[in-house]
Amino acid sequence: MSQPLLKVQDLTKHFPVGPRTIFGKPEQFLRAVDGVSFQIEKGGSLGLVGESGCGKSTCARTIVGLHPATSGSVRYEGVELTSLSRREWLPYRRKIQMIFQDPYASLDPRQTVAQILNEPLKLFGLGRPRERRLRVLALLEAVGLNPRHVQRYPHEFSGGQRQRIGIARALAGEPDLIVCDEPVSALDVSIQAQIVNLLSELRERFDLAYLFIAHDLAVVRHLCERIAVMYLGRLVEEAPRDELFKNPAHPYTKALLSAVPYPDPEVERTRERIVLGGDVPSPLTPPSGCPFHPRCHQVGDVSGDRCSREVPALVHEGQRSRACHLD
Amino acid sequence: MSASKSKRFDLDEADAERLLREAREHKGISLWQDASRRLRRNRPSWYALVFLIGFGLLSFLAPLLPLRSPVRSNLDITLSAPTLDGGDSNYLATLDPQADSTTITREIEKDYWELSGMDHGLISLRRGIFGSWQTGHWLGTDHLGRDLLSRIVWGSRTSILVSLAAALCSLLIGVFYGSFSGLAGGRIDNLMMRIVDILYSIPFIFVVIFLITLIGDHRQVLEEEWGLDREKVFYLVIGAVYWLTMARVVRGQVLSLKHTEFVQAARVMGASTLHILGRHIVPNVLSVVIVYLTLTIPAVMLFEAFLSFLGLGVEPPRVSWGLIAVDGTSAINPLRIHWWVVVFPALAMGSTLLALNVLGDGLRDALDPKMRGKE
Ligand SMILES: Nc1ncnc2c1ncn2[C@@H]1O[C@H](COP(=O)(O)OP(=O)(O)OP(=O)(O)O)[C@@H](O)[C@H]1O
Ligand code: SF4
Ligand SMILES: [Mg+2]
Repeated sequence: MSQPLLKVQDLTKHFPVGPRTIFGKPEQFLRAVDGVSFQIEKGGSLGLVGESGCGKSTCARTIVGLHPATSGSVRYEGVELTSLSRREWLPYRRKIQMIFQDPYASLDPRQTVAQILNEPLKLFGLGRPRERRLRVLALLEAVGLNPRHVQRYPHEFSGGQRQRIGIARALAGEPDLIVCDEPVSALDVSIQAQIVNLLSELRERFDLAYLFIAHDLAVVRHLCERIAVMYLGRLVEEAPRDELFKNPAHPYTKALLSAVPYPDPEVERTRERIVLGGDVPSPLTPPSGCPFHPRCHQVGDVSGDRCSREVPALVHEGQRSRACHLD
Repeated sequence: MSASKSKRFDLDEADAERLLREAREHKGISLWQDASRRLRRNRPSWYALVFLIGFGLLSFLAPLLPLRSPVRSNLDITLSAPTLDGGDSNYLATLDPQADSTTITREIEKDYWELSGMDHGLISLRRGIFGSWQTGHWLGTDHLGRDLLSRIVWGSRTSILVSLAAALCSLLIGVFYGSFSGLAGGRIDNLMMRIVDILYSIPFIFVVIFLITLIGDHRQVLEEEWGLDREKVFYLVIGAVYWLTMARVVRGQVLSLKHTEFVQAARVMGASTLHILGRHIVPNVLSVVIVYLTLTIPAVMLFEAFLSFLGLGVEPPRVSWGLIAVDGTSAINPLRIHWWVVVFPALAMGSTLLALNVLGDGLRDALDPKMRGKE
């Protein structure tokens, strides 16, 4: 039976916003994630890209259970996670871990590295004290840090080193899936490459699957064999990496790709550049029809005002899918 | 560890030994060590701390010191100026050394008030060390001829006791209430904070006056049936006021901490709220709490002095700085300036409050993680 490791279906997360009376219902909902579906195979990796505020983090947090989902389902090896209580979640905690964006905020400033890495081991109930000590040291080695530094505090490390500690913490329980929420966005470009390399090395070694979130395509390119593009809480396109880069099918993906430098100078010279006009609309008041239509450069290629009336569904076609009315 | 997959991390013995050895070689310094080092570098704060510790010791060891009685009046020497004479012998010299312990206790308590067993122990130690020698009136006497030095030292005990009561309430009620409110969030948080607001809006002076009068009427009953004397009620009231701000401060901290990524990381690892509270929230809030305490204590000391000044706090024969101030002001008159009855109590109180404020400032810098490693 080929069960996907993680299957997300119609995941929706609406935040109540605006004034709220003591008894009444909130007046407005912010549609941070609006019907997102994808799946990740064992050992596979999916890159989730989109502009700031399009709901990537919210999607990640809902999957790992930091936010309760408004509706939809998240299945881990067939087990529905969204309806579990904290206790029922526990057995899956060590299997699904998360790496955070800000290496300065993701480590408790009052704990030593040893305490930080010991915490998941204790929470997962792994090993006796000596075994745990060794595991902590082995973890540090695995992420390329010197085991000597185990008694240090986070502030004594650089941003890149802190992110490595965060990765080691996620690795502690031998997870199957790591959700990485922009793990390199806060780092220097030179260090970004190191961390991306480390993550791909660790994937080989520990047979990990990644849901890797980034706001630009260049970063996910090295790491993910599939890429999903998100816009205003929805997926607009999902495809294997090479196909997406060679032949983007959604106008938004095309626009994003035109901002990524291409390694081949020949292609680089001739390819079209699309500059997105306007701002991202607010998820409080998403545009009617296709959420991308106020900024879409191909809206004229679709007959009539279909784009502004009808929400395009995510249509699967072979290996890829796309949500657009274009032929 | 689980059988098949833990192979990923399995180390052979040599590797394990090497790692453990490397880790042992390098010990880090803890945040508290670092904080105390930085506090020591901050001269004013360090001196303030030393001063406060010394002062606390002096106050605690008051019965051991060869001080005069803080309550025995001598109408022959009312309002006499400070002198540096060498001291004299107190009435204990005439006390029959063979007398039984209850007699001795009774005789001693004439010079003080009802004292604890510990204090009696310290007094007998004092008699062993100093005999019946006692200091002269080094800081002068008040309008009843009582020794000012002794009154100030004994009076500091009240201030310290009140501060401890308020600090304890702040810590136990304020920190717990605030963290719970902040963590719970939503409607519970809203309700709990509105309760604090309401308590805040009550003018506590009136409550104190009301309570104390009420107790005045039913003193006997309260003391016999509830074991509540006026002093205990006084401490309770002060405790009840001073946890409010602490609860607010802590809640604010918790609100910002609970959204930090390290708390979320703990949640993703399946940590319970209690675990997060104990391991992450409290340690991170603690520095703010400590700093805030050092700023609350002066306010409490002033409040005590104020209430005692109004006759609502500590009652004679006991001494407190507020009572000394009352006596001091009553001794002021335009014809003769008995400066010592005002200046010395004011100096004692002022220097203590100043030291606490300076220490609070220094602690804030020393405990700030962002200041770590800096001078
Ligand atoms: N707890 C919350 N309550 C209300 N609104 C929220 C909450 N968290 C996120 N949002 C809103 O949901 C939307 C999506 O936010 P999200 O953080 O998921 O975006 P993102 O794609 O991760 O952006 P970025 O690249 O900046 O991290 C934003 O408009 C944000 O304001
Ligand atoms: S549906 Fe219309 S507006 Fe939306 S992306 Fe396609 S062409 Fe553009
Ligand atoms: Mg984000």
